[in-house]
Formats: sequence, C-alpha cells, structure tokens
Amino acid sequence: MTDAPHLIEVRNLVKRFPIGGGLFSRSHKVVHAVSDVSFHIARGETLSLVGESGCGKSTVGKCLARLIPLTEGEITLDGQRIDGLSRSQMKPVRKRLNVVFQDPFSSLNPRMTVEDLVAEPLRSHGMARTRAERHARVGDLLEKVGLAREAMARMPHQFSGGQRQRICIARALASEPDIIICDEAVSALDVSVQAQIINLLMDLQKDLGLALLFISHDLAVVEHMSDRIAVMYLGRIMEIADRESLFRHPRHPYTRALLSAVPLPDPEADRDRAVLTGDVPSPIDPPSGCFFRTRCPMATDRCAAEVPALRDMGAGHMSACHYAEDV
Amino acid sequence: MALLEVRDLQIHFRTATGVNRAVDGLSFDIEAGEALAVVGESGCGKSVTSMSILGLLPTPPGKIAGQIRFRGQNLLNASESRMRKLRGAEIGMIFQEPMTSLNPVFTIGQQIGESVRLHEKASRAEARDRAIEMLRLVGIPSPERRVDEYPHQLSGGMRQRAMIAIALACNPALLVADEPTTALDVTIQAQILDLMQDLRSKVGSAVMLITHDLGVVAEFAERVLVMYAGRKVEEATVRDLFRTPRHPYTQGLLKAVPRLGSSLGAETSVRLAEIPGRVPDLSKPLRGCAFADRCPRAQEVCHRIDPALETKAAGHLAACHFAPREVSAA
Repeated sequence: MTDAPHLIEVRNLVKRFPIGGGLFSRSHKVVHAVSDVSFHIARGETLSLVGESGCGKSTVGKCLARLIPLTEGEITLDGQRIDGLSRSQMKPVRKRLNVVFQDPFSSLNPRMTVEDLVAEPLRSHGMARTRAERHARVGDLLEKVGLAREAMARMPHQFSGGQRQRICIARALASEPDIIICDEAVSALDVSVQAQIINLLMDLQKDLGLALLFISHDLAVVEHMSDRIAVMYLGRIMEIADRESLFRHPRHPYTRALLSAVPLPDPEADRDRAVLTGDVPSPIDPPSGCFFRTRCPMATDRCAAEVPALRDMGAGHMSACHYAEDV
Repeated sequence: MALLEVRDLQIHFRTATGVNRAVDGLSFDIEAGEALAVVGESGCGKSVTSMSILGLLPTPPGKIAGQIRFRGQNLLNASESRMRKLRGAEIGMIFQEPMTSLNPVFTIGQQIGESVRLHEKASRAEARDRAIEMLRLVGIPSPERRVDEYPHQLSGGMRQRAMIAIALACNPALLVADEPTTALDVTIQAQILDLMQDLRSKVGSAVMLITHDLGVVAEFAERVLVMYAGRKVEEATVRDLFRTPRHPYTQGLLKAVPRLGSSLGAETSVRLAEIPGRVPDLSKPLRGCAFADRCPRAQEVCHRIDPALETKAAGHLAACHFAPREVSAA
C-alpha cells in the first residue's frame, strides 16, 4: 500500500432522516438510511454498491455527491475533506465528480437543446471561453458517447431512452471529471440498449481513466462492470470484496441469498435456491445486533446481541458476519 | 381447441404522426394449464396484447382487429357485461405496479372479496373467509389481521401477493400477469415466482406471463413467444429457445444480457454483445423484416420481403429468411 490517498475515501458515513412530527410536535422517529459505511475508490476503479430497495445505496451516492448533507462521517477526495464544504467551495469539487441518474427523461431540461445541455457544465466551469470553442467541445463529447454531432441542435424529447442516457453521460463527461456516480444508470433501459450503454461506460472508463461508483440492484450487470463490490443491506455494508472473490466465494449469508435469487437465463441451470423468507425490516426500527438476522438462515442468539464488525477474511475480502468462516 | 386462441391480432393507434401499428398480425395459442411467456423490449406490443385479451384497451383511440377466442368464443365481439363476468372470474390479472392497481380506500379483504361476491354471489362473511384463506395461500403472515388492512400498510412484496390473491380468488382458467415481478427486489421476486409456480400447480390456471426479463422466462415458463415491433418473431419451448435460438433478434437478446458468472475469470473485461441501432418507429409503414436494420445477417431480400413465420424445427417457429431449418421439420 502506498501512502497516496485514494481518490475517494468515505469514513463512517451516517445518514439519518427525521420523519413525522408537524410544525409544533417534536419528532423522535428517524430513518436510519445509512449506518457507519466506510469504503474507498481508487483512481480508475469501478466500485459497485448493490442491494435491494431501501438499503441506502442511493443515499450513499447522494451524500458523496453532496446532493444531501450527511449526518456524520468524513468524505475525502484526493485527501481533501469535502463533507463540510460550502456551496461555493464545492464548485471545484463538482467539476471532478459527476452523477448520472436512472431516469434520462427527468434529468434533462426539456426546453434546452442538446447543445445547451452539454455546454452548461463547460460554461459553468469556465472550460470553453468562446461560443465556437464550446460548439466544438460539445460536438466532440457527443461523438465520444456515440451520437452524431448534428444531434446538438435537437431537443431531448426527440431521442430514445438510450440516446438520452448518452446525452446525460456526455454532460457528465464535459467537465472532465475523475469520478462519475452512476445511480441505476442502466436500469431503466431495454436489454439491447443496456448492453450499448454498459459497453460505452466501460470504454470511456478505459480511455479516460475514470473512476465509477456504480449503484445498481442488478447483480449480473454489477458483476460485469465492477472491480470491487460492496453489498448493502438496511444501510450497512454486509460484505465488500473484489469481483472474483465476491461472486465465487461470497462470505456473507445475505450475499449468498441475493446471488441465488437472481433468475438465470438458462432453463437447464441446476441450482438449489436459498429463497429468503419475509421482508426487509423497517429502517425506522431496525433489529438489534446484525440487521440481517431476522431473515438469516444462520442466525443465532449472538447475532441479536452483537453487531458484527466488517472483518478482513484475507486479501481485502471483508464480511460483516459472525460466522463468515462457515458461509 | 386451445383455451385461448389469438388469430391475426391487429392493434392500431391513431396518433398525431400517423397510425401506430402496436401489434401487427399476431397469432398464438395458450393451452389449459400452460405457462406461456411473452418477451420483448419496450414498445414491442406485449402489454397491449394482454390488455386487449382483458378487454381493457379503450377503442378509440385503439383499433383492434382479428380474433381473440377464449374457450372458442371471440372476446372482441363480447359485450362489456360479458367481459365483466369473465374478468376476475375466468381470466385473472396481475399488473406490474401493485400500489397503483390496488384501491387505496378499500381494505385488502374487501378487494379480494369483491370478485368472490360479484362472481360467486357469496355473502359478506363468506367473502371475508375466502379472503383470509387466499391471503394464507399466498403466504401473507397473520392473514386474520392483514385482511382488514389497507394497501399502504403492506410492503411491496406483500401488495403483490395481495394482487395475486385477488387474481386467483375465483380460480381463473387463465391468469394474465404483466411484468408481475419487475418492480420487486430479487429476493422478493424469487418468493413471488415460487408462489406463482406453486399456485399454478394447485389451481391449475394457465398463465400468460409478460416480461422483458429472460431470467424470469427461463425460470417460469414452458413455452416462449418473442415479439419485436408488434410481430411474433420466434416461438418455441423454453428449452429449445435458450438452447438454439433461431431468430437473430433472439440470439442478440440472449447475448446482450449480462449473466451471473459469465465475466468471472476473464483477464480483461468482457464486452457485451450489442444489438446496434434501435426499435423501428411503428407509426411509419415497415417494408420487409422489421429487424433488418439492426440484423447482422440481413441481406437485400430482408429489406424487401417480410419473412413469414415458418416451422424451423418441431414446435419451433421463427420469422427469418435465413434461420436454419432442421431437415426433419416439415
């Protein structure tokens, strides 16, 4: 390990949302959206956050992009703390860190042309002074994401979902960021188009040395895209490991259950499914000890009493299970 | 006679830009007790087909031609009161979004009981008992309590279970399920698929499952129908389709899906096979094969002549000029 800081370092991130309570009543209920999450992302690396709805994966992404304030914890970019920065202090950070969301229909202003949409970050970061310079840059960006230069004169509604997502990616690339947060960026797309966008993201990453925080619920896509994966459940990281290690030897019962629940496009696949019973507990009132214990086939009394810490199982494979050795 | 016979179904919508041929000459059968999956991407016409079977497509703006015969009777000529008698009693339905499909101001029990009271003339008390029984059948814990709860009090998975309970309350002969697990998390999806499979064997309903997820198809269905641009391009048993897909579109789809385990062990990252381009605009007349513009095998003839659906192997249909045909096939 070198001493150079990772591109992104998240330490003990906590996000709680107070709920209920009107103007005059003090609310005491909180949603524990993210509890004590730590991870890092190296330059040029893809880290995926996977988990089911409500596991806090998107909240982590939003905290990282400083779209919402965090409750506790530290976030550093290249060693510099960004969690406490003011709006104006955040501006240079925003140039280096961009987000692509799931729904390309609501992320693009329908009244702006594609040229204006893609030129907006260039203008706001002062990256292209003249109109001609911007025009040329926008054309280059569109070509880079597989659209024709001529597309810039058109409006977002004239494009299909996949093409709109390409426009969103061009916009995210405009400020030449170090990292892009993709929040379910391919989830709304049809299979054939999804493959195009996944390939595009992987090509761009290779060419530009981009790091990606890839937030998704689709394990097959995640396996395809990622260098490392963090599995979240109810706001906590259950397991974090590199791709090979996680998919070949999951060391957490939740990861194992998730993997076995994915329907395989192969009717002759022979596998025994560990179908989890019950629902995810409420994040307002999470269970004591291990959050997964209410659905875990391996749970014992110890799991109700003690919160399992993330432990290194060797070669950076971390699992938050008391019985990780036996999984 | 199959339970459901669809013959040369045409569903057209008049739009500002022209006539949109959402479904263009679709024919298929569903046998009693069978699980048929209809797959395809957005806009291929799979959902409008299911809506037309249920008589839920407003006409106009829609224009439906062809035949949809249920137990030999053409539903397209059926009166609204006849359709009301069929829906919920003989043809059940499950939609993708359980929150918008359930009525927020009635309890779960009232909504399950509604169809029982309507179709079987059951009393209020009988309907409530049936509702509790159905909730137990679909695996909702403490059904005696849940029966009096409202949809917002249930989780997404439980709401979908409640939807299934409503759909199956009158033991329908056919269950039309439009993306029933798409909005659910994988662990809940696995529960719901297991439940649907289990109930299918208990109740004996035929299921028409509409989905875009090839994994769900492989796990659930017996036969598959692949749609593209409003047309059927391939039909086969699940096993044959996944083993030897014959239409280039199906082949492309199967290669474009990232699969668990497929990219492990590779030194460099594996590229997914893309299907270039996009779905044709259905409001413009199509000449030749609808897939020709995106097809790696397209020849000049593909842009001119629309390929007919042909039997390429026993029980395996494909609409492609160049799909290989097995020697033994007629």
